[in-house]
Amino acid sequence: MKGTIIKLDNVWKIYQMGEVKVEALRGLSLEIKKGEFVAIMGPSGSGKSTAVNMIGCLDVPTKGHIYLDQHDISKLSESDLAQIRGRKIGFIFQQFNLINTLTALENVALPMLFQNTDRETRLKTANRLLELVELGERMNHKPNELSGGQQQRVAIARSLSNDPEVVLADEPTGNLDSKTGEIVINFLGKLNKEGKTIIMVTHDANVARHAQRIEHLKDGRVVKRS
Amino acid sequence: MLKDYFIFSVKNLRNRKLRSWLTMIGIIIGITAVVSLIGMGQGLKTAISLQFGDLGTDKLAVQASGGFGPPGTAVVKPLTKDNLEKVKKVSGVKIAAGRLIKPGKIEHDDHAGFGYAASMPDGDARKLIEEAQNLEAESGRLLKDGDKGKVMLGSNLGEQDAGLGKQIVVGSKVLIEGGEFEVVGILKKLGSFILDNVVFMNEEDLRETLDVPQEDYDIIVIQVQQNADIAEVQQRVEKVMRSERDVKEGEEDFTVQTPQALLGQVNSILFGVQLFVYIIAGISILVGGIGIMNTMFTSVLERTKEIGIMKSIGARNSSVFSLFFIESGMIGSIGGIIGAVFGVLFALGLAFIGKSLLGSDLIRAEISPWLVIGSVLGSFALGSLFGILPAIKAAKLSPVDALRYAK
Repeated sequence: MKGTIIKLDNVWKIYQMGEVKVEALRGLSLEIKKGEFVAIMGPSGSGKSTAVNMIGCLDVPTKGHIYLDQHDISKLSESDLAQIRGRKIGFIFQQFNLINTLTALENVALPMLFQNTDRETRLKTANRLLELVELGERMNHKPNELSGGQQQRVAIARSLSNDPEVVLADEPTGNLDSKTGEIVINFLGKLNKEGKTIIMVTHDANVARHAQRIEHLKDGRVVKRS
Repeated sequence: MLKDYFIFSVKNLRNRKLRSWLTMIGIIIGITAVVSLIGMGQGLKTAISLQFGDLGTDKLAVQASGGFGPPGTAVVKPLTKDNLEKVKKVSGVKIAAGRLIKPGKIEHDDHAGFGYAASMPDGDARKLIEEAQNLEAESGRLLKDGDKGKVMLGSNLGEQDAGLGKQIVVGSKVLIEGGEFEVVGILKKLGSFILDNVVFMNEEDLRETLDVPQEDYDIIVIQVQQNADIAEVQQRVEKVMRSERDVKEGEEDFTVQTPQALLGQVNSILFGVQLFVYIIAGISILVGGIGIMNTMFTSVLERTKEIGIMKSIGARNSSVFSLFFIESGMIGSIGGIIGAVFGVLFALGLAFIGKSLLGSDLIRAEISPWLVIGSVLGSFALGSLFGILPAIKAAKLSPVDALRYAK
């Protein structure tokens, strides 16, 4: 397991929808090593979103184990999970998911607030990260004053604010035109070169080809690796 | 960190200005009601205490009260001169004075007013009354034995704006129930709404003018001897009065009370009124609190996605709880501060109107700093209390469900 950052071991997730049981994941096993750029692909209903939730410590499995940095997180409480994902995982979402009442700078600084970082450090770090995604000029703008591409770059900056080991991007280009999408993907590539582990979920083969490795999901398990 | 949470909460409140204000109005009205009503209530209590003047602890008052019988049939049997004579002889009684207090009409310069006329007894008893009620002349002199066709007036009646035409001064002529009297003195202000509006005249004049039977008295004021036990004297007076008026113990048609006891009675009635008012004010605060809860629940629902985002970027349940809890506490305390300011202004305004338009000292506001501090703290507590459930709801949301929530 040396060099492994995330390992899913025979993970099952079963939702109870009224009378019906929905098996979203059926024994998903997956291993991601430090510094990898992995794409997870699959049609809708393949369990991609559920897999993201598991990898991102947003949810715990019904059966099976998830190891993050060799610690089993499958039985942790919601608050402990929050603490872990705040420190170790940076999220990038399809819909950017910025908080509209806060400026770009405040959005980027927010994850650090939840880690009890002091104000000065927060602002300094957020400043630096926004410069990194080339939004230094726009840091006091609110999300609705930014274009989609700019919002996604703010989200990238935010995902890095606690200096996580893993950046988890869920359809990061899904709401962007291809040109802007390209820029965002290039940023992810750049981060990967700097040593971050990138896990990207997508259904777009053109986007996925930027990754070193693609895991194809279907019916809640990996069907092909390429 | 807490400071940052506060800043965040302020932003959220600002972002929903209209709703924040509407919610606050509920609290504002409640706290305004509480502060002004309690302030006015306290003022009324003080005003009433002042009516009793500086009566001291060595005096007793005997008054006739309703007898027993079906409602409406009980007639108050007045005190009599005989009663007074018997009371005078009770051991421990130093002086006893009979007095009449009757409503009547006063006219001056073609203007009329209604008020009370009170009789002054002769001799030592006159001194007792003057002392008990702190009667001192502001201008002219006090009444004395043998004055006929003369009155002295409470200070309000001698004021420029007494509502009786030209200002009444010493030497003015006034008509009491049609009879003409000369004003020999205007009293110093006593701070008592009743006493400052009373026309004082000697007993004989009052009986003639207001047609009061020779035998009747409204009240007997007793001064107890210095070394006597006032409670024992009270019991002896009660015993004598019972045999004099031929009633059994427990069925008295009179009361013997110390002024303190009387004040206590009035205060207990007042307390009842205040309690009622407080309950109403309390209900309005409760409604305001439920308004806060409602708004916060709406806010949690509306910001479900935002909660999901915050959780996904590392917010713990406790962080989410704090954010919402602080927000509702803030609605409460801002509403409380505004309400307290309005309450103070409202009470002072009413007191001012009462004084300038009605000339009444009864409407006054007495607002202690504790009342203001207490109501602001109370509304903070209220906001927090009613914010607990919504904040728990927000904190417990699962990040996956919350993120999936579409606006």
